[in-house]
Amino acid sequence: MSQMPEARRLPGSEWLKDHPRILEWIYLRSKAVLGRLYPWMRRLSPGWTERLFVRSEEWVKGYLFNCQMCGQCILHSTGMTCPMNCPKNLRNGPCGGVRADGHCEVIPEMPCVWVQAWERSSRMAHYGEEIRLIQPPVNRQLEHTSAWINMFEGIDARTPPGWVPVELEIETSGDP
Amino acid sequence: MSERPLRADSRLERVLRSGRFAVTAELNAPDSADPEDVYRNALVLAEVCDAINATDGSGANCHMSSMGCCALLTRAGYEPVLQVSCRDRNRIAIQGDLLGAAAMGVKNVLCLTGDDVTVGDQPEAKRVFDLDSIQLLRTARIMCEQGVFLSGRRLTTPPRFFLGAAANPFVPPLEYRHLRLAKKVAAGADFIQTQYCFDIRIFREYMRRVRDLGLHRQVYILVGVGPLRSEKAAEFMRTRVPGVWIPDEIVERLRKTPKKRKREEGIRICVEIIEQVREIEGVHGIHVMAYRQEETVAEIIHRAGLFPRQARPGWQRPRRRDTSSPQLGRVK
Ligand code: SF4
Repeated sequence: MSQMPEARRLPGSEWLKDHPRILEWIYLRSKAVLGRLYPWMRRLSPGWTERLFVRSEEWVKGYLFNCQMCGQCILHSTGMTCPMNCPKNLRNGPCGGVRADGHCEVIPEMPCVWVQAWERSSRMAHYGEEIRLIQPPVNRQLEHTSAWINMFEGIDARTPPGWVPVELEIETSGDP
Repeated sequence: MSERPLRADSRLERVLRSGRFAVTAELNAPDSADPEDVYRNALVLAEVCDAINATDGSGANCHMSSMGCCALLTRAGYEPVLQVSCRDRNRIAIQGDLLGAAAMGVKNVLCLTGDDVTVGDQPEAKRVFDLDSIQLLRTARIMCEQGVFLSGRRLTTPPRFFLGAAANPFVPPLEYRHLRLAKKVAAGADFIQTQYCFDIRIFREYMRRVRDLGLHRQVYILVGVGPLRSEKAAEFMRTRVPGVWIPDEIVERLRKTPKKRKREEGIRICVEIIEQVREIEGVHGIHVMAYRQEETVAEIIHRAGLFPRQARPGWQRPRRRDTSSPQLGRVK
């Protein structure tokens, strides 16, 4: 895993992530547009489409989120903060090792991904509540494939056959 | 909580169910291949505890495995808690280990994320973290309840576990920690063992949020406590051990104590904290972690008035008789 704590602070990226509503809007628009385009592109050339998506995700999401190309993107459920930047790859919340200043146990100069994720998701308009979802185990076979394509094909929603999903049964009213 | 059938019929579960204030303690796994080293440490703990946690490479340092310790402990009739961390094993190894543990008579399992390899003595090791602690909890619960592996393949005989998880109410993001607990409860946790509690104010606030969600009625919460040997030990723990929060007042208090009485003062602080957390609604027990000072555990438990064990304050026997747990009356 490439650990580039500073890469998460490429010019502008941190500012943008601190305005999760903008990213949310971009996500919703892209989903609508790409969702229309994708079937046509696939018909033209599945190979090139895959390549194009992978390359663009590596560039764009790499720049903004230090995307690790897990292929199962849950950015909008984690306050637009990529959980795979957590050195322990935690997708369901922070570990118990977070430092008193809110920084990572493993990389002291990096703010804990989950401290940022909770804070940012509380400021989101549509997907803020999704941080309460219990995320299933990651399909490691999808590494370095396109998360967008996996979403359109429904591949990213597949869980291990024995997995039984659960949801949080708590009132969402009140804090936070 | 008390109307459910027993999960695994472990002693820890029965103690908690019966409304007694539970005590668990951490066994420091030896750097040795001699079973006597495990038994020697276990003996002093077993007399005063309801269950013994066998750590799984705590602090990412290599010691005898939790599996090994648990095998020895069950053989001798002790009640262990198997600790499983996500750091060293992938989902295939973990599911296999869970079956092996159940076959050896292990009934309590604590599912952990695990300290990172970089804090241990072999930082160049590969970290695994294939599952996270919540996915691990869920996997164990699925194996017990659905009787399948994650792959969907059937188990001839599913294991029965009383499942635990860790919680750290003392580090950021403080205002969301109770939601993390809610996830663990939903994923299948029956009991919780927390990180060291040295800051009663933060803990009270945390428990208030936990009660607001009604979680204290769905899960048994055991508060982590432990003695500090000196202000140097405290300083070491709060700077070098991940996730330990010790407020300045406590370090100051130890610093002001004359050298000969420091150990005594550390134990006194620990006993005071136990007395304070006992009064908090929703606390069901304590988990004593006394690194390399097992002998103090008995002293702490005696001085906190936890031996012999009594009912939790404010606890009332459920009105409907719990017919699903005939052993209830036999808890020692
Ligand atoms: S695809 Fe995976 S690694 Fe990339 S940003 Fe999304 S969650 Fe992170």
